[in-house]
Amino acid sequence: MKDIEISDLYQEMIVDHSRRPRNFRRLDHATHQADGFNPLCGDKVKVYVDLENDVLRDVSFEGEGCAISKASASLMTETLKGKSKSEAEQLFSRFRDLATGSGDGSDLGKLAVFSGLRGFPTRVKCATLVWHTLRAALEQTSGIVSTESSEAQAR
Amino acid sequence: MSALRVVKSAEFDLLEVRRDFPALHQKVHGKPLVYLDNAATTQKPKPVIDAVDRFYRFDSSNVHRAVHVLSDRATKAYEDARTTVKQYINARNEREIIFVRGTTEAINLVMNSFVRPRVEADNEILISALEHHSNIVPWQLLAEQTGARLVVAPIDDRGELILEEFQRRLGPRTALVAVAHISNALGTIMPVREIVQMAHARGVPVLIDGAQAIAHLPVDVRELDCDFYAFSGHKVFGPTGIGVLYGRESLLEQMPPYQGGGDMIRSVTFEKTIYNELPYKFEAGTPHIAGAIGLGAALDYVSRVGLVRAAAHERELLDYGTALLGSVPGLRLIGTAREKVGVLSFVLDGVHPHDVGTVLDRDGIAVRTGHHCAQPVMERFGVPATTRASLALYNSKSELDALAHGIRRVQKLFAV
Repeated sequence: MKDIEISDLYQEMIVDHSRRPRNFRRLDHATHQADGFNPLCGDKVKVYVDLENDVLRDVSFEGEGCAISKASASLMTETLKGKSKSEAEQLFSRFRDLATGSGDGSDLGKLAVFSGLRGFPTRVKCATLVWHTLRAALEQTSGIVSTESSEAQAR
Repeated sequence: MSALRVVKSAEFDLLEVRRDFPALHQKVHGKPLVYLDNAATTQKPKPVIDAVDRFYRFDSSNVHRAVHVLSDRATKAYEDARTTVKQYINARNEREIIFVRGTTEAINLVMNSFVRPRVEADNEILISALEHHSNIVPWQLLAEQTGARLVVAPIDDRGELILEEFQRRLGPRTALVAVAHISNALGTIMPVREIVQMAHARGVPVLIDGAQAIAHLPVDVRELDCDFYAFSGHKVFGPTGIGVLYGRESLLEQMPPYQGGGDMIRSVTFEKTIYNELPYKFEAGTPHIAGAIGLGAALDYVSRVGLVRAAAHERELLDYGTALLGSVPGLRLIGTAREKVGVLSFVLDGVHPHDVGTVLDRDGIAVRTGHHCAQPVMERFGVPATTRASLALYNSKSELDALAHGIRRVQKLFAV
């Protein structure tokens, strides 16, 4: 099989979102929030959600990390505004399938831009950390989500 | 032998050295491998691979146990490896050479068997600010268990130890000084000779973490006058899972065993066990025999190539690489000590190291990105992570050119 090129991973939209992340701010009226951490590379992310009647009225994030993690967070927040909790959960599941190469990215909208991740298995965690952190926020799990915890691994 | 050949044999023949390392001659993502992650682990030369292979093919047997031929061969090869290590670091005798899993286990051994029994609640362990986690965390464990304190001597902006600050922290409460010989994240060569002198002047024993030094500097434990010296085989072209703790015999004699089990005993009854003599007292259980044999072969290999000549070659590479990367706009080298070995740790404006590493990997270039198990060092320089290219004797200038080219590709991709 042909190698997936570096430009398949770092597509223009990803580079753009990593350089100018959207919804990159603290959300003062957040009803839910959680911290995520990847101890292997030091990526840190904090996700804020304003949840009303099971709908994500607003989503934002703060943190530092690589281009993939920042772009993933930026595009996730854009995508999830106005979605319900269960829709968010379904998107996460499809996003993960896309990243690991078992899904085709249909119904993912802009998030399909991460299809190149299937050629870079070491970078999948960079993209999914923010989603795990979102889930923790919605579940109001206490503590910090880590890419290296058994729970995150199993998911 | 003609005079010409004598001169030639004294030169460092890079192509010949590279031929000895099979792993270097492969393609990664269709590009020739450029292996610049030697501070993490080194590739293995044929003599090491062959020695391990030969052991498993013909001599596999346990040591110090049986009367049969294979066991005799295994025991001899294992003990020969110990002699090789002894000579390589100029220890006084084989009793001072303990085979362990690696530097980490060696440090934990010293912590458990040497420091813990003698430490008191107001004692201090003095380390430097550029230590690897393996020379930080064992002392924190000790601190938790005993109430002793961890004291850290600072480094300056170049990544050099501030020797006066180190001396100021040496005091009547210092139970041990534990420092790296060379920083894994920055490449700084530490003034270990001075550190030992200062510590000994106050009667404080010194452990040196030699993980990064063993493949780059001649190590003479008697000249250093250190009390303990730890290193890993895999950083010096040997197998993983084998390492060495050198200890001054008089100290090792006083120390209780680290682990209990077979081979470390002379006699066992349910009432009383008499421990074996040095070094076996500290080698409970079946050791990593093949690993030790491979390590012996690795040290023999380095001796044949000539560490002094190899170090001169690496120095030339470091100077070349420093100038090359220094000319890249937006690139900042982290760690610019005047005395350093081949480590080029850097950050690029606007691009996270993780992304740098991924792009370089597609060019066949293996570097390490992250905190290099030295998070406090990263904090000291105000960066979350760096990209680190680390050299070994088999690297070449053209590989550094490939690195610089790859970095420019990264910058183009991210439009910085």
